[in-house]
Amino acid sequence: MRWQDLSEGATGPAPLVVGPITRTDFVRYQGASGDMNPIHHDEPFARAAGYQAPLAVGMFQAGVLSSWATGWLGAENVRRYKVRWKEQCWPGDVLTFSGRVARRYEENGEKKVDLDLVCTRQNGGVAVQGWATFVVPA
Amino acid sequence: MMDRSAVGKQGAEFELDVERGKIHEFARAIRADDPAYFRREHQPSPPTFLTTMFFWEELVPGGNPWHLVAMSQERGMHAEQEYIFHGPPPVAGTRLRCRSRIESIYEKAGKRGGTLTFAVMVTEFRDDSGRLVAEARMTGVETERAPEEGK
Repeated sequence: MRWQDLSEGATGPAPLVVGPITRTDFVRYQGASGDMNPIHHDEPFARAAGYQAPLAVGMFQAGVLSSWATGWLGAENVRRYKVRWKEQCWPGDVLTFSGRVARRYEENGEKKVDLDLVCTRQNGGVAVQGWATFVVPA
Repeated sequence: MMDRSAVGKQGAEFELDVERGKIHEFARAIRADDPAYFRREHQPSPPTFLTTMFFWEELVPGGNPWHLVAMSQERGMHAEQEYIFHGPPPVAGTRLRCRSRIESIYEKAGKRGGTLTFAVMVTEFRDDSGRLVAEARMTGVETERAPEEGK
């Protein structure tokens, strides 16, 4: 990734579209992460809690959003990653992951960019907002 | 109801080994395609990988002070999560020493009525030399009732 290509507002690679997401996606993520909260895979448990189906694991969407960003700027270059969940996701959702350069600057001799990131649902609703800082190697 | 007496409580120190196989499994689960995750040496861990501390904190009695918050599993959910890296994210083969503490519990009025209660847990990750490698900030929220959507 070249510094001169990272002007503020640059949108990077094409958005990543994932879905329709499935219970298998949630279970696979839960097995990998160790978060076995049954509300994400146990149908009777989810219904008893008042939901129509197991809800997506927020950290799954957060993880995929980070993957879009590291695919652009490199896994070794991330220095900060933050997410806020806005809307729940459900089996069958089609999610779109994208972002843009919000700020480009130099700090302590390092070139850095701050990204604004977003995961949206098929209805346009924002499921996850994200913020990341990456260093850009010389 | 969250238990406000949890604020300030610190968990016992636990170890987290950043493992190649777990990085591979985790990267696949989050649809990551940076080839660095799949190479044979010095695989970086993904930005949210330190969430796998779930596996490690349970090995040490008292490792996870989040239990003390007593957040409802039905009405509680993850609101925000942040990872800060003081250098490149830890690579496979790194042993981290980790310690969590409950930083705060506070309330806000919800948009659709009712009170939202938030709790924040901070975890510090240090290498063998004691250098602070990364920090995690987890914010959980508990609603007074299950959210409307999806019912």
